[in-house]
Amino acid sequence: MSTTLIGPTPPATPPAPVRKTISVRKFLVRPEVGSLVGAIVVCVLFFAIAPPIRSAASFATVLYASSTVGIMAVAVALLMIGGEFDLSAGVAVTTAALTAAIFSFQLSTNVWVGVLVALVVALGVGWINGYLLVRTNLPSFLVTLSTFLMLQGINLAVTKTITGGVATRDISDMAGFDQARNIFASELHLGSVNLKITVLWWLLFVAIATFVLLRTTIGNWIFASGGNAAGALAVGVPVKRTKIGLFMLVGFAAWFVGMHLLFAFNTVQSGEGVGNEFLYIIAAVIGGCLLTGGYGSAIGSAIGAFIFGVTTQGIVYADWNPDWFKFFLGATLLLATLVNTWVRRQADRR
Amino acid sequence: MTTTQSAVPVVELESVGKSYGAIRALRGISVSVRSGEVTCILGDNGAGKSTLIKIVAGLHAHDEGIYRVDGKETRFATPRQALDLGIATVYQDLAMVPLMPVWRNFFLGSEISTGFRPFRQLAVHRMRETADIELRKMGIELKDIDQPVGTLSGGQRQCVAIARAIHFGARVLILDEPTAALGVKQSGVVLKYITAARDAGLAVIFITHNPHHAFIVGDQFAVLARGELELRAPRAELTLQQLTHHMAGGAELDALKHELKRTDLPDMGPLHVRTVAVAARSDVSL
Repeated sequence: MSTTLIGPTPPATPPAPVRKTISVRKFLVRPEVGSLVGAIVVCVLFFAIAPPIRSAASFATVLYASSTVGIMAVAVALLMIGGEFDLSAGVAVTTAALTAAIFSFQLSTNVWVGVLVALVVALGVGWINGYLLVRTNLPSFLVTLSTFLMLQGINLAVTKTITGGVATRDISDMAGFDQARNIFASELHLGSVNLKITVLWWLLFVAIATFVLLRTTIGNWIFASGGNAAGALAVGVPVKRTKIGLFMLVGFAAWFVGMHLLFAFNTVQSGEGVGNEFLYIIAAVIGGCLLTGGYGSAIGSAIGAFIFGVTTQGIVYADWNPDWFKFFLGATLLLATLVNTWVRRQADRR
Repeated sequence: MTTTQSAVPVVELESVGKSYGAIRALRGISVSVRSGEVTCILGDNGAGKSTLIKIVAGLHAHDEGIYRVDGKETRFATPRQALDLGIATVYQDLAMVPLMPVWRNFFLGSEISTGFRPFRQLAVHRMRETADIELRKMGIELKDIDQPVGTLSGGQRQCVAIARAIHFGARVLILDEPTAALGVKQSGVVLKYITAARDAGLAVIFITHNPHHAFIVGDQFAVLARGELELRAPRAELTLQQLTHHMAGGAELDALKHELKRTDLPDMGPLHVRTVAVAARSDVSL
């Protein structure tokens, strides 16, 4: 309901329609602008010094490398906007893949049964992270660091106990494998270019995440939960449910990427995934997410993942020593964050 | 005065008390709040102001006495119940998200959506427009309804919070120290909106420790001291001096003044002179 209220300075004319000022300034204050500048710089750099990257086929490889990080990064970005971290995201991918592989193989079921069990497990890991967080009020850094270590242990111990080795058995001849591979790990042939299907999934997830963030009530709640949790709670936002949901979203993304790895390589190494959580966080931060929460964008996370993809593949195509890869990644992160801060300050100054 | 005396007070407390364990935070508080009036609750830090508003707002239940809303005895378990009866509180921290646009903050927790699941989406245009219109009614003209709340001044932020509470159906508006952190000009802006809300027929409960601000807009005054009612009076029976006197400690201060007058002050050179000057000045103002 709206109360008629005549203020101390009543408007003489009926209120003018809401102005839609689409200005340069408005564009520059978007969270992902800094990362866009960074992406252009990195692209120009590697296009100049590594001619092979200019071909469409190599570019498809760049997009593929971006997509596996990007699918996780978009979920992690939403979580970070909601004010939390997830350090267990990297090993959760492996947990999901291991679950599906071991479950299907040991019980000789259709692989789809393993895939669904893995989904339940991945969502469960997310739920546990979120539930522990809202119940204990501990920082998510601590909670997810614990689950990170525990999952790492479980991945190795359970795999060794059941399979006797550190990797799962090849499941490529099992029922349902081809069908599942079509969904999670197929290739599209566009002329001479082989485009991995994960690229399309990635773009779809980014589009959905952007819609949810900017155009739905839940998106409003995510921003508010990260920006001022106490204030949001006071006006009736279900902050706890929002945060648990975000952790489960990261679980879903981990499941998806885990399924991709499983159906692309037929087996899973139990020690994989460690350290990847930082790649996801880096992509989100390069894309404009604040470490303190309440600010960021899904598109930005995609640009951050793309910068990661260009850098990894660019180093290969430029024939640089790949040992330096992490160094360049770190330097890119530093540069991107500096550019981000600088762009935002310029925009604020106008 | 624009007082429209209604027969039944919207909010009425009768000898209400509240204890936290062994500590009696409030006792014997009787206050009536009517529509179209500004009821000022004054008191020093720790006088029990925040306990009192927590009871009215439904955050804490009272232990003693009777709390009536529209003449009906009530006991709130959650702030939501108070809100449903139109009792809205604007807290000091305002429950706003600094990095979010004004219109998103305005509708936070009460968003409007259109369409069917799973494609239900925010009615962005309608929400932006409504927020803009409601703010203009309060006389707040923003350059851009999309600007983050964090870029508004303290007074403007207060006004957005007040406008939000009114838009979502508040009949009783509780303002917790709205002018505490503001400069003179910004405080003036907020006081204007308090008057505007009162003239629109709302019952306003204005919590403050500034008697000057209270006296500008108040119709009814209640001064709390150490959890008890030190003074309860309508504006007609009160002067600013009396109000300030009660605020400053009232009877307690009189005793202190008396005591200080009798004491032979030791000779301390310039300090002595200043002390006397201060005593003389306080004599004049009281």
